Amino acid sequence: MSLIQFEAIAKRFTASGRSQDALSDVSFAVKRGEVFGIIGLSGSGKSTLVRLINRLETPTRGKVLIDGTDLASLKPRNLIQLRRKLGMIFQQFGLLSSRTARQNVAFALELAKPRLDAGDHTRVDDLLNRVGLGDHAHKYPSQLSGGQKQRVAIARALANSPDILLCDEPTSALDGESTQGVLDLLAELNRDLGLTVVIVTHEMDVVRRICDRVAVLDHGRLAEVGDVAQVLFDPQSDAARSLGRHLLPVPPAGTGPSADRLRLTYFGEVVTGDALSAATQGADVRFSILSGQVSALKSVPYGHLIVDIAGPDRALVIERLQQRGVRVEAAA
Amino acid sequence: MNDLALFFSNIDPGEIALASWETVAMLIGSLALSVALGLPLGVWLSMTSPTGLAPNRLTYGLLSLVVNVLRSIPFVILFILLIPVTLALVGTSLGVRGAIPPLVLGAAPFFARLVETALREVDRSVVEATQALGASKRQIVLHTLLPEAMPSLIAAVTVTAIALVSYTAMAGVVGAGGLGDLAVRYGYQRFQTDVMVVTVALIIVLVQGLQMFGDALVARFHKR
Ligand SMILES: Nc1ncnc2c1ncn2[C@@H]1O[C@H](COP(=O)(O)OP(=O)(O)OP(=O)(O)O)[C@@H](O)[C@H]1O
Ligand SMILES: [Mg+2]
Repeated sequence: MSLIQFEAIAKRFTASGRSQDALSDVSFAVKRGEVFGIIGLSGSGKSTLVRLINRLETPTRGKVLIDGTDLASLKPRNLIQLRRKLGMIFQQFGLLSSRTARQNVAFALELAKPRLDAGDHTRVDDLLNRVGLGDHAHKYPSQLSGGQKQRVAIARALANSPDILLCDEPTSALDGESTQGVLDLLAELNRDLGLTVVIVTHEMDVVRRICDRVAVLDHGRLAEVGDVAQVLFDPQSDAARSLGRHLLPVPPAGTGPSADRLRLTYFGEVVTGDALSAATQGADVRFSILSGQVSALKSVPYGHLIVDIAGPDRALVIERLQQRGVRVEAAA
Repeated sequence: MNDLALFFSNIDPGEIALASWETVAMLIGSLALSVALGLPLGVWLSMTSPTGLAPNRLTYGLLSLVVNVLRSIPFVILFILLIPVTLALVGTSLGVRGAIPPLVLGAAPFFARLVETALREVDRSVVEATQALGASKRQIVLHTLLPEAMPSLIAAVTVTAIALVSYTAMAGVVGAGGLGDLAVRYGYQRFQTDVMVVTVALIIVLVQGLQMFGDALVARFHKR
């Protein structure tokens, strides 16, 4: 059974007489233990969607189910209990500026019980160590870098041992290095604790680096949902195509179009294997790489090349590539 | 030296000390009550405001109206209007006791608005993060909004205290005693410029002292 399920969700905001559909007819599910991305342009409804999960927003129509429970059926007390099982982090961190890093993490526990015991204090220290901030426990947020603040926020979100961590643009206020650090931490928590991570972003690169699956939102509608590899390399919607385009190699300027142009995509061991060299072994072709990228989806390496293959044995080479697990498509 | 002594010939140190004490007593009494009434009123305003934790158009509209009406009546007029109420509450409309009800009614709504603004300016993401942690509304107010707004709240108390100093001076005109009374009775009605100078100087010292004390407290609470 899926952990989080959206069923025909619609959300309409009415502000000062004007109403706006932030979400229309959105249905999909997030599985337990996956890192799930929600991507879309600004204003496409990503934040609204993720905030439905812990009921910071309520849907106008449709249902949100967590572990099969319809959130609409929860009484206020149960809602508070639910929220304790859902961690959430924000672009702007949301740390209390009047409390130290340590006190911010302890805050999550204090809300459930006013007097913390020795075990709770140990837990707070463990959490700070886990996010790599053991040495900064007594600093105030103003004394921490953006990346460190987000780590404190993550430690705080984990304090009540949630099953799900919701992240609304967790790295959008961070520089490249801090972004990498926070994404690595999220991936590690997913791996080590089996934490289900839902991450909202407008950057396909974030999705590429840590997500298993992704939903693409376009003006409040679900454009597509699927494995990252599929959404990135074989997008079905214009929204997904335009969000992922800048990650894909393009032929360099000045090479002109060619009828021989192909797009090769391959994953996993094919990357380090002999597929490319073996395919051209003894074949009468001209094989030239125009552009390419070898990188990784989460921890799966992939290669993505734009090549021209011309010559009498072109068909043979294509067949050999496909036999060795390389996807071959025409690239105009 | 003689000229100076001559200039200050009308000064009666005993009377000045008494008037100063009356002003300070009015200030402390009315400030404490204004904060005690204005803080919950400000929290209520902020809760029920359209962007608050428990928006309620009707409640907010009514509270806002009352606050605005009280704030728009000039203090001297408010003082006179309230005389029957003051008599009923404290038995006299004169002296320090008689001044406190109108001072509080003048300052508490003012302070409440400042509280509302201070709470509204708390970073939204902090409030949402607290909500996401499963905090009740009460916990959000007590553990997030008020502590996070502490520097602004202290600044608001300072501003209110300074406004109250000027209200007490006006109250002095209509029978409350204190430095304002002294300035009017001697400085204005009897042309004793020296009394005027001294009372004004004391009021300036009081205001400066309040501002410096308030600023020091704000700095101590400011951790951003
Ligand atoms: N509280 C609200 N009141 C009125 N309209 C809202 C509210 N929250 C969101 N909206 C509107 O709903 C739409 C979706 O907003 P949302 O914040 O979910 O977008 P987003 O995809 O997260 O955008 P961004 O990348 O800029 O954060 C926007 O057009 C926004 O103006
Ligand atoms: Mg957003």
